[in-house]
Amino acid sequence: MTDRLDYLRDLEKVIPELEEKALRARKWILKMTTEAGSGHPGGSLSVVDVLVALYFRVMRHNPLNPRWENRDRLVLSKGHAAPALYAVLAMSGYFPEEELLTLRKLGSRLQGHPSMLSTPGVDMSTGSLGQGLSVGIGMALAGKLDRRDYRVYVVLGDGECQEGQVWEAAMFAGHHRIENLCAVVDKNKLQLDGATDRIVSIDPIGSKFEAFGWNTIQINGHDFRQILIAFREAEKVKDKPTVIISNTIKGKGVSFMEGVVKYHGKPLTREELKMALEELGGDIQ
Amino acid sequence: MKWKYSNMRDAFGKTLVELGRRFPQIVVLNADLSSSTRTHYFEKEFPERFWNVGVAEQNMMGIAAGLATTGKIVFASTFAMFATGRAYDQIRQSIAYPRLNVKIVASHAGITVGGDGASHQMHEDIALMRVLPHMTVIVPADFFETRSVISKIVEMGGPAYVRMARTDTPEIYNENYEFKIGVGDLLKEGDDVTIIAMGLMLSKAIEAAETLGREGVSCRVINMSTVKPIDEKAIEKAARETGAIVTAEEHNVLMGMGSAVVEVVAEKYPVPVRRIGIPDVFGESGESEELMEAYGLTTENIVQQVKAILANR
Repeated sequence: MTDRLDYLRDLEKVIPELEEKALRARKWILKMTTEAGSGHPGGSLSVVDVLVALYFRVMRHNPLNPRWENRDRLVLSKGHAAPALYAVLAMSGYFPEEELLTLRKLGSRLQGHPSMLSTPGVDMSTGSLGQGLSVGIGMALAGKLDRRDYRVYVVLGDGECQEGQVWEAAMFAGHHRIENLCAVVDKNKLQLDGATDRIVSIDPIGSKFEAFGWNTIQINGHDFRQILIAFREAEKVKDKPTVIISNTIKGKGVSFMEGVVKYHGKPLTREELKMALEELGGDIQ
Repeated sequence: MKWKYSNMRDAFGKTLVELGRRFPQIVVLNADLSSSTRTHYFEKEFPERFWNVGVAEQNMMGIAAGLATTGKIVFASTFAMFATGRAYDQIRQSIAYPRLNVKIVASHAGITVGGDGASHQMHEDIALMRVLPHMTVIVPADFFETRSVISKIVEMGGPAYVRMARTDTPEIYNENYEFKIGVGDLLKEGDDVTIIAMGLMLSKAIEAAETLGREGVSCRVINMSTVKPIDEKAIEKAARETGAIVTAEEHNVLMGMGSAVVEVVAEKYPVPVRRIGIPDVFGESGESEELMEAYGLTTENIVQQVKAILANR
């Protein structure tokens, strides 16, 4: 077993570094989806800060040994945000960053939705919504059974919480007090057809999880200080699983994408991409 | 024929306990049916390696997948209806696609569930499971074959679906029988026609072959317990050497074992085939044997179909 990093140390130095990583990941998300001609940039931009915090600060993992038994696991239950995961995995060193531009192309290791048999660093295949929390429970139970101290992170979408299986899993995890499991709900408030509040509201989402026996933390999912503090608090809770309700903005980082529902499943045109990259301070160097 | 009867579910439950002693990485999941599927034997001996997820089959398949990612050999057990019907997408997305080592062992398959009626009578499970890439599909015929099947799938990586009945079934084999994945078991040689059966229809196929033998018809009998990967060689050989095939299964006549046989025959060596199975209808309540008769799953029907196929040859 390896000691965990005290990731709340040196925050003044760490946060600008994470912001730098997130900016680079955002550019990759936009570039790879435009290059692919399809994909889900909106929900990738909303969740990417949480993924950057996890892979560059919180999680214990080793890009040179992707199947390391003691690694922390991440299940991207909202699998359509694969571009965000791929960007962060490539930047971590699991595969070359240039490969990101092969997203969704025939023969690529980067499938439209995460595939653990294809991509180094992907811990679970996802894409059909609602299934990741159950999978995370299985990983967490195995960790407890084998007396390993790894933690399991499951990232869900807010629209995804309309799936019934999420609540079967939430009930089980609360009942069994699975404390090595931490869920994040990327609450960007929009789903494919429009505002989640207008289609079928999931609120009050925190109280729902609490009623199922979970510890609940609400944060601004674009504020690294809040993100890191939340993950540390989740680690300290010893008798129940934690869910972090991460309040985010769909399309975060690009002014004309923020809060615009059409960018859920539609990439930028080449002209829009140029504008977006300019706004983000220029293309990737 | 006088058969001795025993129950496949007991074979499963007891074999699982024996395997649990040899393989510490075996873990077992159930969805509020552990006494019905007999996984409660495992729970009793290895409580820390057993989870009852409650009435939540979709969650069970997801948890099974997660456990399997860490190197566990996972058994997930419930009724065939809820395993393959309720949780189909979970099996597809979370187990078959990532080729995880999850053994789905389902009981109460087919019409012989009896009194519970159509909601619980699963006639589509073979169809659903055999179209999934990476999936192995096995239908044991009796107590002893079930024992051997369960032992063999533990040594095999990747997902498998095993289908068991609720009712007691005739003992066809004994403790010396060894099941081989993907190999149809030749129970009786014959030259005029081949009867290919699985599960509860196997004893009836044997009876039919005896009846027909007394009338001078020489029947080959094959137990096609692995529906996927199906034993193409045995099927082609049967087509070539006997020239006619009758299949018998307690499953929808569409897209089950008989259909798998027809696919092979049509491409490799076309000969006449007749399929016996549950017609494309939902079931109903009744006693197991009554239902088998009502839907044509009988020794007599096999005899009839063999005669008809030979008459038209």
